[in-house]
Amino acid sequence: MEKMHVKMNVNGKEVDLLTEPRTLLIHALREELGITGPHVGCSSSHCGACTVDMNGMSVKSCTVFAAQANGAEITTIEGLGSPDALHVLQEMFKEHHGLQCGYCTPGMITRAYRLLQENPNPTEEEVRFGIAGNLCRCTGYQNIVKAILEAAAKMNEIKESA
Amino acid sequence: MNEATPPKEERTAALSGLGTSRKRVEDARFTQGKGNYVDDLKMPGMLFGDFVRSPYAHARVKSIDTEKAMALPGVHAVLTAADLEPLGLHWMPTLAGDKQMVLADGKVLFQAQEVAFVVADDRYAAADGVAAVKVEYEELPVLVDPFKAESDGAPVLREDIADQTEGAHGPRRHPNHIFTWESGDREATEAVLAEADVVAEEMIYYHRTHPCPLEPCGCVASMDKVNGKLTVWGTFQAPHAVRTVASLISGIAEHNIRIISPDIGGGFGNKVGVYPGYVCSIVASIVTGVPVKWIEDRSDNLMATAFARDYWMKGRISATKDGKITGLHCHTTADHGAFDACADPTKFPAGFMNICTGSYDIPTAYLAVDGIYTNKAPGGVAYRCSFRVTEAAYFIERMIEILAIKLGMDAAELRVKNFIKKDQFPYQSALGWEYDSGDYHTGWDKALKAVGYEDLRKEQAARVEAFKRGETRMLLGIGLSHFTEIVGAGPVKNCDILGLGMFDSCEIRIHPTGSAIARLGTISQGQGHATTFAQILASEIGLPAEDITLEEGDTDTAPYGLGTYGSRSTPVAGAATAMAGRKIRAKAQMIAAYLLEVHDNDLEWDVDRFVVKGSPERFKTMKEIAFASYNQAIPGVEPGLEAVSYYDPPNMTYPFGSYICVMEINVDTGTTEIRQVYALDDCGTRINPMIIEGQVHGGLTEALAIAMGQEIAYDEQGNVTTGTLMDFFVPTAVETPNYQTDYTVTPSPHHPIGAKGVGESPNVGGVPAFSNAVHDAFRAFGLTQSNMPHDHWRIWKTAQSLGLHD
Repeated sequence: MEKMHVKMNVNGKEVDLLTEPRTLLIHALREELGITGPHVGCSSSHCGACTVDMNGMSVKSCTVFAAQANGAEITTIEGLGSPDALHVLQEMFKEHHGLQCGYCTPGMITRAYRLLQENPNPTEEEVRFGIAGNLCRCTGYQNIVKAILEAAAKMNEIKESA
Repeated sequence: MNEATPPKEERTAALSGLGTSRKRVEDARFTQGKGNYVDDLKMPGMLFGDFVRSPYAHARVKSIDTEKAMALPGVHAVLTAADLEPLGLHWMPTLAGDKQMVLADGKVLFQAQEVAFVVADDRYAAADGVAAVKVEYEELPVLVDPFKAESDGAPVLREDIADQTEGAHGPRRHPNHIFTWESGDREATEAVLAEADVVAEEMIYYHRTHPCPLEPCGCVASMDKVNGKLTVWGTFQAPHAVRTVASLISGIAEHNIRIISPDIGGGFGNKVGVYPGYVCSIVASIVTGVPVKWIEDRSDNLMATAFARDYWMKGRISATKDGKITGLHCHTTADHGAFDACADPTKFPAGFMNICTGSYDIPTAYLAVDGIYTNKAPGGVAYRCSFRVTEAAYFIERMIEILAIKLGMDAAELRVKNFIKKDQFPYQSALGWEYDSGDYHTGWDKALKAVGYEDLRKEQAARVEAFKRGETRMLLGIGLSHFTEIVGAGPVKNCDILGLGMFDSCEIRIHPTGSAIARLGTISQGQGHATTFAQILASEIGLPAEDITLEEGDTDTAPYGLGTYGSRSTPVAGAATAMAGRKIRAKAQMIAAYLLEVHDNDLEWDVDRFVVKGSPERFKTMKEIAFASYNQAIPGVEPGLEAVSYYDPPNMTYPFGSYICVMEINVDTGTTEIRQVYALDDCGTRINPMIIEGQVHGGLTEALAIAMGQEIAYDEQGNVTTGTLMDFFVPTAVETPNYQTDYTVTPSPHHPIGAKGVGESPNVGGVPAFSNAVHDAFRAFGLTQSNMPHDHWRIWKTAQSLGLHD
């Protein structure tokens, strides 16, 4: 199959991929760019393990063609924080035991990141609705919700003190 | 020196040992996208394998044409049963003493069965190849109803064993019959039932469902022909058992096989078994000489890998007029699908279903289980429960409710009247188990008080009156559940899988500077072993948990163990960890005695050091002893500080708990709203309360899913009608309530630290709590039994059948 160029900005870096038109964004990220944080859980947009941020929106990268991301800005879990400077959400997920097997976690945190950009002061109900596209089989969500609410509070504190 | 010694409490706290809500060491990599799951593996030259699967539930395979597929760019090989047959690998043994087709051998027996394996450059080319393989089928009559399996004219499914009247578990009375397994005294039970004041009888169906871990199953097989070594990375809950099985069926010597379980994205029992994908990847790697990856997709996972439950449990329970239970009879029809691939200890083809007398002192009982073949996927794994324990708990907790209706008694009162009493432990059950410890009344009272049980019953009664007056369309259900689990398989004397005794192991090496590595025969799939096992060890050997690395899952480095499932890690490997720690401490005591120039017996252990009795200023810390073990020539003591323990548990452990769910039900829409879920667990000694709570939240959510909507359903042609996450219910954060957790502590008397295991309790106790809430809401209107899952449609139908829409 004839390949095509796809240019994206992924986690702040410009990349130029030569890939098949049918390549899904999740596979371009995982297999061609070695960004293995986002995972594949269902291949059908239900589970959200593959969630990445694309042009300021959460997308399920298992049902987006890489070609559709041409020119896009992509942020994955790898772009949210670094070992020396974790994102508040990453800290709060650990603090409140918001993960167990870790498979949903990159997608869940990436989704929570966008949710808090859109709504910095969510209620518990809004958090639950806002992450309803991301399934977790281990935690029962209670501690995930707690972690996101705490992260929102901390992010607002940081904003206020700045 | 004495002045410098911090107080005991401070030194204990510094260890982050038993009882500490230590934050998880695993989380750093998982929160930063640096987990290492099998699909993250990428190796030079690696190929990708994918299956051609059967669209039919029962059909003859007339021909398989691979020519077009082989002609496609990027396709390297297409394996069929004919290619595997010369290697003797077209069938493989199951964990239950049966055998299973690796690739369709002449016929297919369930929808999505593996027919051919296409090996290609990548997953896209493999998908092209799968689409190009042409298979000609001849459809055969389909058997989906286990009760029709032995009727006249029923199709014979397993032609390979149709003539065998003896199976792995005794006589077979029909080609579609697998085994009959009995427990207890049949005649005595019949006699008790015949003479009883009251007998309640009901068929309790626990529907077919699926563990559905978020990460599907998969592997990478790499045959290194130069060195003759086979390495397989995969989603294995029991890596050592996989190594032994791989050696036995492939003929490759066991020391030349290395099985590695990397990070596993949830298992819940689904990743215990051996699947055709593993076998085909290994063969494909041998054939092509390069690594071969196989990763199933979600529909493959739901339709072809191990299901759970599917037990039809016909129960009879008898009691005196005032509610003292006298006998229990259960006959179970177990739908095993096309191959008997249950993951149960060999001597227990129906798992520990004979824990079905539950938390009650039932003097006489009998259980029989008939295993049946149908045109459905194989499996029968313990989905977040010890072997068939959730089926047993659901059965008895429903039977208790039904008996309460028959007696006109409150269901909580009936339980209290029949609980095994604290002073009866260790308790011998009528079906042969010895319950190690328990205190059911204390937890139950606490639970009833916590939810305000009496007030709830008053509210419910008022609601029923209001409903009858036409003032509301909402009913209130109070779901009670008291479960007793049997976990921690198990004693080698009666527990093995494929002849491998179900002990487990821990090996510890203390480094010169006083840090350590411990390796176990288990494997975490999210349970946080690296965090909690280090805590057990910290308390045993007095080194901080943060200075102890824990490693699992690599058969070249870890000691032999039977893996993680059935809540066995803490009861078995956790015990091995404590015992290995005690061996370290025993040697450390000799070293300390030498260094302090006293007799061994003159020393006592004090948190993190050995102290000379009566001279607290004279001591050696474990850290000092560790260094000494590497640089002192001590007469009669070998250098180094290492230990290994293989722990064969003397008994199972019996965690228990009291769960209550309060549920609002809309009679007109069948929708439900969960108002309160209270879960009190007694898992013995608590290692990490934070992790216990997390396990309970997760297990309750899986229980909620199973009770309220999750199922693997088949139509009459054997088509799976719930093969995607569109149809297979997995709760989101919106449907999932907040949970209220609580606990009591009744240590196990035979476990070195008194721990019992907790991961599966919330599923075992949760399913009856949710289901009983639904039933309880309709009790006043005459409902005794309805089948799970209680989705909106089924609840609406229940309301309809009770005339509540009239």
